[in-house]
Amino acid sequence: MGRQVIVADVDLRDSPDEQRFRAELRDWLVAALAMLPPKPDHNDWPGRRAYDTAWQKQLHAAGYAGINWPIEYGGRGATPTEHLIFLEESERAGAPYVGVNFVGLLHAGPTIATEGNAEQRAEHLPRILAGEEVWCQGFSEPTAGSDLASMRTRAVRDGEHYVVSGHKLWTSHAEAADFCELLVRTDSDAPKHKGISWLMVPMDSPGIEVRPLRTILGSTEFSEVFFDDVRVPVANRVGEENDGWRVTMVTLSFERGTAWVDQIVDSIRLVGDLARIAKRVTDRHGTAWDDRGLRRDIGHLAAEFDALWALTKRGVSEASGGSGIPGPSASVLKLRYTEARQRLMDLGARVLDRASLSRTDLAGLPAAEWANERINSINYTIAAGTSQIQRNIVGERILGLPRER
Amino acid sequence: MYFLPTVDQLALQRGVRDLLDDRFPLDRLPAGYDAGLWESLTETGVFSLRSELGLGLADAVLVFEELGRAGLPGPLVGTFLLGGSVAGPVTVVDPDRRPLLVSHLDVAAGLLVLDTDGAYVAAPVTGVPLSDPVDPLTPLHELVAVPDPTATRLGETTAELRAAGVVLTAALQVGLAGRLTELAVDYAKTREQFGKPIGSFQAVKHLCADMFVRAELARAGVHSAAVMLDDPEVGDASRAVHGAKLLADEAATTNGRSCIQVHGGMGFTWEVPVHFFAKRAWLQATEFGTADEHAEDLAGLL
Repeated sequence: MGRQVIVADVDLRDSPDEQRFRAELRDWLVAALAMLPPKPDHNDWPGRRAYDTAWQKQLHAAGYAGINWPIEYGGRGATPTEHLIFLEESERAGAPYVGVNFVGLLHAGPTIATEGNAEQRAEHLPRILAGEEVWCQGFSEPTAGSDLASMRTRAVRDGEHYVVSGHKLWTSHAEAADFCELLVRTDSDAPKHKGISWLMVPMDSPGIEVRPLRTILGSTEFSEVFFDDVRVPVANRVGEENDGWRVTMVTLSFERGTAWVDQIVDSIRLVGDLARIAKRVTDRHGTAWDDRGLRRDIGHLAAEFDALWALTKRGVSEASGGSGIPGPSASVLKLRYTEARQRLMDLGARVLDRASLSRTDLAGLPAAEWANERINSINYTIAAGTSQIQRNIVGERILGLPRER
Repeated sequence: MYFLPTVDQLALQRGVRDLLDDRFPLDRLPAGYDAGLWESLTETGVFSLRSELGLGLADAVLVFEELGRAGLPGPLVGTFLLGGSVAGPVTVVDPDRRPLLVSHLDVAAGLLVLDTDGAYVAAPVTGVPLSDPVDPLTPLHELVAVPDPTATRLGETTAELRAAGVVLTAALQVGLAGRLTELAVDYAKTREQFGKPIGSFQAVKHLCADMFVRAELARAGVHSAAVMLDDPEVGDASRAVHGAKLLADEAATTNGRSCIQVHGGMGFTWEVPVHFFAKRAWLQATEFGTADEHAEDLAGLL
């Protein structure tokens, strides 16, 4: 898919097409969100599945499902900038997040689209887009975290089946999923990146046990998944046998610089909220806002999120102009955004003082949002590549520094 | 929406970089201000990009990044702000700050005074030179009095001049921050200890990665502020301008420290030129508002 190189003027405005896209989306969001049912409890997985897939069905009916997927795979084929606008407007309107549809829409679906065969695409892609099929990810293992390629879950060929045994960890939405995108070792003698295959595993297969993991939020965001002689048809393999590592890496190219859009938009809102909260919280010296040091810290974070927003636009422009793959700004964004978000949450706690100890609203203050997100933000510098791994990536792939070893 | 430098802008930036690499290489840096090169830059149109060539601040910040990257000494921002209406270098006087220090007064053909009531142009005055300024390549003079305080103010352009000055100073800082990253990375690739390049060690690699990240974030902030000043309808320019300077100051000063750290003991010697860049970052962090002032001003807009 050769994308045309765009020669354009620097322009932060929407083009006429982008304006139209934004206006239509805004109108649709207002109408669609009015019909939204109440949000289910965090630990109610059937409820969460129903809520998240209902939203996906609404998106699908309106033609917004798979916004960034190519048209040939059933997506909308939106430009990177339209994708950015979609995420920005959805966040501003308070639309539900992608939720249990995350793996299907952002990972397994794109993998099947680019690496799967015609039957695999026809079976899964329409159902993922329509919110009828939920996926989870079986990649990490207890002994394979940042060093994912050292994973050990084995698949042994038995006629037209693989027999899978092993133990996966950090599997989001396992309780709600119909399928698992599973990395298995099909050749234990090959070098570690070469003996891996990528399988589609129905979660109702005999021999699969899901054990929810309670996180520091107190809820079950992830599970451990145990595979005990699970039989998976060979026809469920995507890509060639032992080529699963490459298959996995290809997937990342669908994202196009938009990974943190909703979060950055949300953080800019939270900085403004925090300024307003600080103006009414008092201690014996006056309001929190009277404190110059605090004002500077808030101003500093506002600058940081504004610049991250600018950097996001740059990353999206990079993806629009060339290969469709974002440039170095992706690692830069992950590193700086996740750390800034944690600082923001700590600053919120400084302003809220003792109210920061409550996970329900207290004393007329939005304590719940700040306390919950303060806890949640701890995982940002760990999930999807720790900050330490990100720094290795920046150092080695961008700056060309030699690898350790 | 398209937020990357255009082909023309990249060519402009490349041209300035080539000129400076040729005329102002690292070994030329310790000799300081170069009147001949200043003349060439003036003729090339570096200071009159906006006033005569019809380009905007979005173009100017790319050029100023290169001036910062080269560590070029001279009253760059003041000269650009007056854009050739005074013949020769123009230095900026900020009478609201004490002590009243002015850089490059010895070569200035004019003064641009920016006070709370506005901006005006004054003829050069004499001052008392500091015998040993921290940045050895930027002479500083202390003025005993504000020059010509009753002069007619330039009028409505003051806020715009000040904002442009902030963003251009921030662009110089981004250029420095990027150069300091380059110097640290080059050294980390070649210096060996324990039988390996020190850049292979994560402790050093991560210092370098953080330097790169700081410079990139600040660059995005500076470019965005410049685009908004050129076209105020696309965003809150004053908010972006404050953010640009504080992130650029942070990038330049922290990268100065990190770059010396990567160089180890050699970084503490005069002969390794890193200190010139680090000291320039300290100087520029006090020009057109400190990070603290900008942070507080930005908070005031929330």
